[in-house]
Amino acid sequence: MKKIIALLLSAILVLVCFASCGSTEEAGNANDEAVIRIGGIGPLTGDASVYGTAAMNGAQLAVNEINAAGGINGIKVEFRAEDDVHDAEKSVNAYNILKDWGMDALVGTVTSNPCIAVKDEAANDNIFLLTPSGTAVECIDVPNAFRVCFSDPNQGVASADYIADNAIATKIAVIYNSSDAYSTGIYEKFNAQAGVKGLEIVAAESFTADTKTDFSAQIQNIKNSGAELVFLPIYCQEASLILNQAKQAGLSVKFFGCDGLDGILSIENFDTSLAEGVMLLTPFSKDAQDEATQNFVKAYRENYDEETLNQFAADGYDAVYIIKAAAEKAGITADMSASEICDALKVAMTEISVDGVTGEGITWTADGEPSKAPKAVIIKDGVYTSMD
Amino acid sequence: MNFLSFLISGVSLGGIYALIALGYTMVYGIAKMLNFAHGDVIMIGGYMAYTLCSTMGMNPMIGVIGSVAVCTLLGVTIERFAYKPLRTAAPLAVLITAIGVSYLLQNLALLIFGSAAKSFTSVVSIKGISLFDGELVVSGETLVTIVVSVVIMIALTLFVNKTKPGRAMRAVSEDKGAAQLMGVNVNATIALTFAIGSALAAVAGLLLCSSYPSLSPYTGAMPGIKAFTAAVFGGIGSIPGAMIGGILLGIIENLSKGYISTELSDAIVFSILIIILLVKPTGILGKKISEKV
Repeated sequence: MKKIIALLLSAILVLVCFASCGSTEEAGNANDEAVIRIGGIGPLTGDASVYGTAAMNGAQLAVNEINAAGGINGIKVEFRAEDDVHDAEKSVNAYNILKDWGMDALVGTVTSNPCIAVKDEAANDNIFLLTPSGTAVECIDVPNAFRVCFSDPNQGVASADYIADNAIATKIAVIYNSSDAYSTGIYEKFNAQAGVKGLEIVAAESFTADTKTDFSAQIQNIKNSGAELVFLPIYCQEASLILNQAKQAGLSVKFFGCDGLDGILSIENFDTSLAEGVMLLTPFSKDAQDEATQNFVKAYRENYDEETLNQFAADGYDAVYIIKAAAEKAGITADMSASEICDALKVAMTEISVDGVTGEGITWTADGEPSKAPKAVIIKDGVYTSMD
Repeated sequence: MNFLSFLISGVSLGGIYALIALGYTMVYGIAKMLNFAHGDVIMIGGYMAYTLCSTMGMNPMIGVIGSVAVCTLLGVTIERFAYKPLRTAAPLAVLITAIGVSYLLQNLALLIFGSAAKSFTSVVSIKGISLFDGELVVSGETLVTIVVSVVIMIALTLFVNKTKPGRAMRAVSEDKGAAQLMGVNVNATIALTFAIGSALAAVAGLLLCSSYPSLSPYTGAMPGIKAFTAAVFGGIGSIPGAMIGGILLGIIENLSKGYISTELSDAIVFSILIIILLVKPTGILGKKISEKV
């Protein structure tokens, strides 16, 4: 018996040796090739999977187009997406996997909370980070991080401005997730801007990650408050429950949301009639008639599901093109290390102006914030329709 | 009007908690174990109904029957393969096994159905009623939940008190050894308890998913913990205790959400639990166990 165990153990030892040899060889070979490796992190499964899947599809689409057109500065681009299930810890794991793979720049992460964890790692390693849709302020508070989307303050302020300027309502109720940085961030800025614009917040209701199924008490309070519009700075999963319960409770008001609501129509088995008339601010509308949007929409439809064709797909798509623009500006070459690429891109980002599908002439400040104008869409007959 | 509205949603939520709590309390009363996989049986019930009704497009009634049948079978299977071999083992071993089964069910659901939450189509087709010019709206789901939970509680009380298998259950719960000597088939009785508990869990799962139509592999976890709390609150092992505990918990939760804070509602619920247990350590209707000196 002992002999057998000893034999087995030594066999395993030998196998492990071979296995490690194999992997180092692979890694060595991979590093010699002249490619730019772009990593992507986002929730590909879980409640927030619609955002991650869309963004990663968009990024992959852009990479394919760039490679077909000859790459960045003549260098081919490789893209690899890792899943983080919208969880900070898993996101850092995904980041480490990509780092081992030899990532030169990161498109991610897609959601805010994980991004806050990953940006510190990326800052330590000096790897360039461009989040397509991490909206929290803290997502990019390091020098090497930039974003494609609006920040939370920007969304909160823009939402209040839009509601006031278009006279959509004056009495506003809010339901936000107090355990989520994204939701709370937007709510606080919305609240402040609403005061400036003369909007009256008649009810501010909240929920937490543990109490995100039963909204009957919040809805009853809103009903009593006499609100004309409910502002939902939350993700679409909870919003779908709120819309359902609001209908059951006989609450008939307008609903207004931010980019988190984008994707509500693609929840499996969701009754889209519930979302009829819901308005949301998003930088991308697939019905827009400009050529860039039309081309992107057409290419996306050819390759992926219509369901994930949303703002996040556009953000991911733009993210890769932004990296391309910055890399060309900085004159990135294949023999540069990730850290050298990061230093070069950091400078180039503030000098470029990109026409993307999420905005024209987007420019960046050194702190990583983009400048562009939001668009409002309304859900009509089960599709997102531009309000302008 | 507000108060009435909070109260009605509280009773509805409490009814669901009570149905789940019945499963905990019956199993504890008879097998003296905490079946932490109970919450996940609810989730499986929800997915069964989802598969039958939404994916395969069958009648909601078939969905209900199918999901109750599957859960009953699942409950008995879990008992047979995970808990029965441990009947004489230390209580801690059984507890850990139950937690293991809970993770097993969650991960199986993750594997089969994926982690993205699905929108559940209500199995209730009754229209809600609107009272006082629409100021008080009671949804069909709420009405059905309240009616179904009351009917089930009455039926269960009658079953336990008036029938022969019910008497066997009470006997096993009081003294397993003595019951066996009197000719009660202890193993069959425990299996029956798991069957009934799991069938109730399926019903609770359907009501839960109909009222709050979101279904994910973790749907059962939080209601499971709340219902366990309700069972302890009412006095674990006591059937009327679980009912009272569940309904009270639902009402307290909803009233504190409505009047105090939506964020603190869970904290308030659990603080009340702590206070009650300090004053009455066996719960509201729990039996006092006299220590033999």
